[in-house]
Amino acid sequence: MKRIDHAEAASEFIAAKAHQEFHDRRLWDLRLKRDREARGIPEWEELRTLASQIKEHTLSRLSDYLEEFEARAKENSAHVHWARDAAEHNQIVYEILSMRRVKTLVKSKSMLTEECDMRPFLERRDIEVIETDLGERIQQLDDEPPSHIVVPAVHKLRGDVSTVFARTIGAEPGNDDVHYLAETQRRTTRPYFLRAEAGMTGANFAVAETGSFVVCTNEGNADLSANVPKLHIASIGIEKIIPRTEHLGVFIRLLSRSALGSPITQYTSHFRAPRDGGELHIVLVDNGRSERLGMRDFWYSLKCIRCGACMNTCPVYRRSGGLSYGATYSGPIGIIIDPTFNIRKYSNLPFASTLNASCTNVCPVKINIHEQIYKWRQIIAERNQLPFVKKEMMRVAGKVLADPRLYRAAISAAGLAIEHLPRFAIYNWLNPWGRQREIPEAPGQTFRSWYIERRSRP
Amino acid sequence: MRVGLFIPCYIDAFFPAVGIATLELLERLGVDVIYPLDQTCCGQLMANSGSQKDAAGAEALFVENFKDFDHIVTPSGSCAYHVRDHLDAIPQTPEAQKVRSNTYELVEFLHDVLRVEAFPWAEFPHKVGLHNSCSTLRKLRTAKASEIDEPFFSKPLDLLSKVRGIQFVTPSRPDECCGFGGTFSIFEEPVSAKMGYDKVADHHAAGAEYIVSADMSCLMHQKGCAERVGLDIRFIHIAQILNGDRA
Repeated sequence: MKRIDHAEAASEFIAAKAHQEFHDRRLWDLRLKRDREARGIPEWEELRTLASQIKEHTLSRLSDYLEEFEARAKENSAHVHWARDAAEHNQIVYEILSMRRVKTLVKSKSMLTEECDMRPFLERRDIEVIETDLGERIQQLDDEPPSHIVVPAVHKLRGDVSTVFARTIGAEPGNDDVHYLAETQRRTTRPYFLRAEAGMTGANFAVAETGSFVVCTNEGNADLSANVPKLHIASIGIEKIIPRTEHLGVFIRLLSRSALGSPITQYTSHFRAPRDGGELHIVLVDNGRSERLGMRDFWYSLKCIRCGACMNTCPVYRRSGGLSYGATYSGPIGIIIDPTFNIRKYSNLPFASTLNASCTNVCPVKINIHEQIYKWRQIIAERNQLPFVKKEMMRVAGKVLADPRLYRAAISAAGLAIEHLPRFAIYNWLNPWGRQREIPEAPGQTFRSWYIERRSRP
Repeated sequence: MRVGLFIPCYIDAFFPAVGIATLELLERLGVDVIYPLDQTCCGQLMANSGSQKDAAGAEALFVENFKDFDHIVTPSGSCAYHVRDHLDAIPQTPEAQKVRSNTYELVEFLHDVLRVEAFPWAEFPHKVGLHNSCSTLRKLRTAKASEIDEPFFSKPLDLLSKVRGIQFVTPSRPDECCGFGGTFSIFEEPVSAKMGYDKVADHHAAGAEYIVSADMSCLMHQKGCAERVGLDIRFIHIAQILNGDRA
């Protein structure tokens, strides 16, 4: 399988100047709002520590809490299903739907169903799937995956949305008034809520002691999806479990402040039992999570509450866009999760980072993201997944820098003595450096030779 | 106090003036400084690319060169961070552990170990924008990072404030990464250059005549970006200002 070329995709993203600048500004603005909200809570850093501890504790006893959740959920008359992987998840959902002759499914945003590639699976089986979150709907209509886990169409300008809506849902061509566009989407999506025989949501948190789960949204579309049709399916990754309801007090305070810089989402909906005459199905999905939990350096990534703060603050993400990562999860959190799905395909992603660690500093559950990125680079090198040029450059550099004589030969004379190094190494360094930057001038003398002249001691 | 001076490879080759300023400054402050002649690099270049086996030789040589010093000082935040937190491609002998825990970035050495109160020889009558590299800011933690909710502190600013005539300007995103990132600058060239352009433009818009930093690698990248787009802004290492360079 071909490696994702993040640098190439980023180059195209940057070339679209207006888009890139808006994308950067919009997400940086979310970061600033996050900072302001965090400053408004004196115990912010304590909350982060607490959230991290609760998650680490839960993950250390995950099977117990999952079984507790299942038992309570069943007592609440929900059906509970277990899915080992994406294929099992999709099959379970399909069977629930097909047994009840469901033709239309309305759903709210769920990264898990993206991860499982569920929509095309159901559509191939003649089940119509309608995304009801505005950003996600835009992406569905444009046949693109979400580029951000919280704001899926953030890479689009309103003109792009206008074009998509004109092409797909009969909006007036050229009208890029945001209210008009939002209203058009609303008008064309509402009938699906009435028509659909089933609704689907994800979950932000699943509470073990009650068997209930919580969905946090801003548009109310999840509540319509869950409450209008008689059948509600919730797909939940097994890492979403928290032990007790009281722990929500920690996570709900952190989530929206970190994500959007707002104190709380417009809707924080608790689901516990099917409503009268209805059915509630909960699908608990593993899809690689158990394996990740067993990885010594990487299990911390399962603490993630999918707020997107690491993406908003990431200077690389803001300048390359989520789609450049070629994966369900993009940005810093994507870099440390994606290689667990396919190490070769995503082997370039851990290098799409300057290791600046801003992601780690904003993470509400204190995932050591930049340290995991660093560790992934080692795994990728160990598994022989470094591209040939990089591997050779490191081999040559390692050899030269381990030997004082070779090192001095390499930097003596007028700076870089090109004849001492393989030509390809020099050109692979200097060409990309010099494309948009001046190359530093080598002065006549190295520090070392100056030192020997001026400070040599007998 | 015997201090081993570590001058990273890119400073040795491209910015000897920064090495000289560091040496002279430490000598002025009464430190017995020795530059081991067989030094090369700390291994960060290879280690940051994941190539632990290629980093091992340089790391072993580093320990060999510096094992006899009470303190090892370097005018580079990222190298100090590598030695202290990541020098693990080699066996963790007592010597390796000693070298790791005794290695300091210049600013923290001046601020925390020497506790320098004054630089009477230093005067810099210019508007400067301070660039804290990500290694000094978020790893060595020599200043408060904007993401963390805590009281303000800044060791580089504490030191620079003792320089006569200096004026500070603040860019709109003071601690956004400049995009150097070691081999990131080569393998992710489009994003790296864009980050560099944005960084120098931000300082320029804030009115900075100079960008000052404890990391010359960031400045090498930023300088390359500024020169390419013809931006009138200059670059100087913090050691040079503290040592009394005027411009």
